[in-house]
Amino acid sequence: MAAGVATWLPFARAAAVGWLPLAQQPLPPAPGVKASRGDEVLVVNVSGRRFETWKNTLDRYPDTLLGSSEKEFFYDADSGEYFFDRDPDMFRHVLNFYRTGRLHCPRQECIQAFDEELAFYGLVPELVGDCCLEEYRDRKKENAERLAEDEEAEQAGDGPALPAGSSLRQRLWRAFENPHTSTAALVFYYVTGFFIAVSVIANVVETIPCRSTARRPPREQPCGDRFPLAFFCMDTACVLIFTGEYLLRLFAAPSRCRFLRSVMSLIDVVAILPYYIGLFMPKNEDVSGAFVTLRVFRVFRIFKFSRHSQGLRILGYTLKSCASELGFLLFSLTMAIIIFATVMFYAEKGTSKTNFTSIPAAFWYTIVTMTTLGYGDMVPSTIAGKIFGSICSLSGVLVIALPVPVIVSNFSRIYHQNQRADKRRAQQKVRLARIRLAKSGTTNAFLQYKQNGGLEDSGSGEEQALCVRNRSAFEQQHHHLLHCLEKTTCHEFTDELTFSETLGAVSLGGHTSRSTSMSSQPVGTSSLLSSCCPRRAKRRAIRLANSTASVSRGSMQELDTLAGLQRSPAPQSRSSLNAKPHDSLDLKCDSQDFVAAIISIPTPPANTPDESQLSSPDGSSGRDSSTLRNSSLATPCFLPETVKISSL
Amino acid sequence: MATVRHRPEALELLEAQSKFTKKELQILYRGFKNECPSGVVNEETFKEIYSQFFPQGDSTTYAHFLFNAFDTDHNGAVSFEDFIKGLSILLRGTVQEKLNWAFNLYDINKDGFITKEEMLDIMKAIYDMMGKCTYPVLKEDAPRQHVETFFQKMDKNKDGVVTIDEFIESCQKDENIMRSMQLFENVI
Repeated sequence: MAAGVATWLPFARAAAVGWLPLAQQPLPPAPGVKASRGDEVLVVNVSGRRFETWKNTLDRYPDTLLGSSEKEFFYDADSGEYFFDRDPDMFRHVLNFYRTGRLHCPRQECIQAFDEELAFYGLVPELVGDCCLEEYRDRKKENAERLAEDEEAEQAGDGPALPAGSSLRQRLWRAFENPHTSTAALVFYYVTGFFIAVSVIANVVETIPCRSTARRPPREQPCGDRFPLAFFCMDTACVLIFTGEYLLRLFAAPSRCRFLRSVMSLIDVVAILPYYIGLFMPKNEDVSGAFVTLRVFRVFRIFKFSRHSQGLRILGYTLKSCASELGFLLFSLTMAIIIFATVMFYAEKGTSKTNFTSIPAAFWYTIVTMTTLGYGDMVPSTIAGKIFGSICSLSGVLVIALPVPVIVSNFSRIYHQNQRADKRRAQQKVRLARIRLAKSGTTNAFLQYKQNGGLEDSGSGEEQALCVRNRSAFEQQHHHLLHCLEKTTCHEFTDELTFSETLGAVSLGGHTSRSTSMSSQPVGTSSLLSSCCPRRAKRRAIRLANSTASVSRGSMQELDTLAGLQRSPAPQSRSSLNAKPHDSLDLKCDSQDFVAAIISIPTPPANTPDESQLSSPDGSSGRDSSTLRNSSLATPCFLPETVKISSL
Repeated sequence: MATVRHRPEALELLEAQSKFTKKELQILYRGFKNECPSGVVNEETFKEIYSQFFPQGDSTTYAHFLFNAFDTDHNGAVSFEDFIKGLSILLRGTVQEKLNWAFNLYDINKDGFITKEEMLDIMKAIYDMMGKCTYPVLKEDAPRQHVETFFQKMDKNKDGVVTIDEFIESCQKDENIMRSMQLFENVI
């Protein structure tokens, strides 16, 4: 358990005196702890350095080496101390954990060595305190990454395994998203890549002037006009492939609306649409101008490469995430351009034959000057113009240079932030899991203890399972405390599984709680549970019964005949009951949780048990009445051996 | 952040006031001081500690009542003396004293009477500690029924409240309770 809880256990047990007047059942006897309650100073010699501490300090964590009897293996009777041949510097941290309850991670030690020491002393790494946890995990992860780089890369390549029997759609989509999963997908991936490249190159090449030697004088002509058929065929082929790919993706997409709205599909559409529009457009002069511009869009096919290139995607994401910074850059540039253009215009206004015909015309000059391009097609001729021109060029450098580091640092910040957010989310999950594990660990220990017959009145100690006897004093007392609470409230702790099983019998369960609280109930109504604490064996039987698959017709049918009812076969196993079907009928009065289990499996909500008990068997309530009547049979002892308790 | 530092009474004084030996007091104090270096336990810490023993359920309400029972001077913090006083009664006290303490626990407003509402609060708090996963499934009115049983047993003159005398008298008549009073004596 967590830090220092052992200190408070006596207090919690004392406080249980408050339950005593309320308990409706006799409380269990206290565990006979042969407590040498005196405290003593232990000497722990770690490679020559002596550490001394109270015995109680070490006893705080009974599931570690130093807190349990395991340390006796290291006891040196001659010197009266415990000798460990380990690193004394690391031991300091381990001992401080016992003292303070927090395990700190030494900064200057190798994390692997620290881990080994923890493993030796029986401390789980989850015990590292929150102050050092992040650093500990970072260093561990760094280590792991360095050592297992290849393995990670290989694993990253494989996608998650598809469930068997997935539809064609799902397989197709997966093939599209992760080309490495199958050879067919890989082939398709490369083929589309090839055709994108071919298409783009064709677009480029068809504008190169080819010397046509056919006629004289040799005339320069773009290749596209020289070999129109060849280029048309190539274009058609590419578009057909792209269309096919697009339609396949549309078919395979799990959410078509989302797919239609995604960027990649838009790019696909833009890539192939011009061709189709061109096909259906009449060849007249007016629209062919517009048609020509449409062909420009064919160059967008190059963006299809972003499916094939991770880098392009990252770049796109970066630009998207730095949109505000880019916007600021643009805005400040626009402001500066307008200002300087206005100034230059009015400065050059007087000159004749000047290029600065209007302010918008001066925009071009301003931009070229601010970006330090300086084409020289527009130059100021007046002195004022030259002065302002130089100011413009100097400020251009500043205005453009300023936002760029902001963008870069923003990008870096966003990137690291994402990383840290992911890391923190993962750590949070781990922390919650750790807490839940600790909680469930305690509960499970108690339930395990109950299952192993710990609650039986142990006439002779040998009957108890070894694990029951070997619990630490702390555990014994804690379990006794929990047991007292159970007795006080007449309910028992169970685990999630059993709880959800018995949830089906809620109304009957309620009936049972009522019946158990009043001990003077007639047998009929106390049919389900006459005692609060049925034997552990039956609890396990319920779990077994509900967790395995096949139904035991034999026992069910026997019950059926008794009730004279038709019962729909419950898909649960009574394999353990199968062994001796007649024994399943030989239920002791306090073994009705079997019955409860049988009821719980096909779970229509039952009528109130009183009604169902009085009514003759009929459809809805029949099931319950039958089982109630079953359980009220006077029966010989149920033999616990027929139920095989296999430890889970 | 102001830390309240509280130093307990001298060891001899505590030994005289309580029924513990010096050694036991030493062990108890070392544990206490280790957990609460400031020397006092406030209610939050108290609830946290108590909830570690009952991971399945919600023990905050019951811990609240317990806290009030231990905090005899009602200053919002349980010092070592309060702690020892409580433990001394619970572990080494006479049956009368223990029953007195239990009555004090149930009597939430400390007016000398346990009403059904107070008992219901206490009962609900105890049932909360069981948590959700119980067998049999916890019904909504289980605490109420338990309270009814309790009052049937304890409330002799059927006036709807239980006084300290009725309580002690009824408890002394009940064999189970008397027997279980000895249960926790070997705790320290």
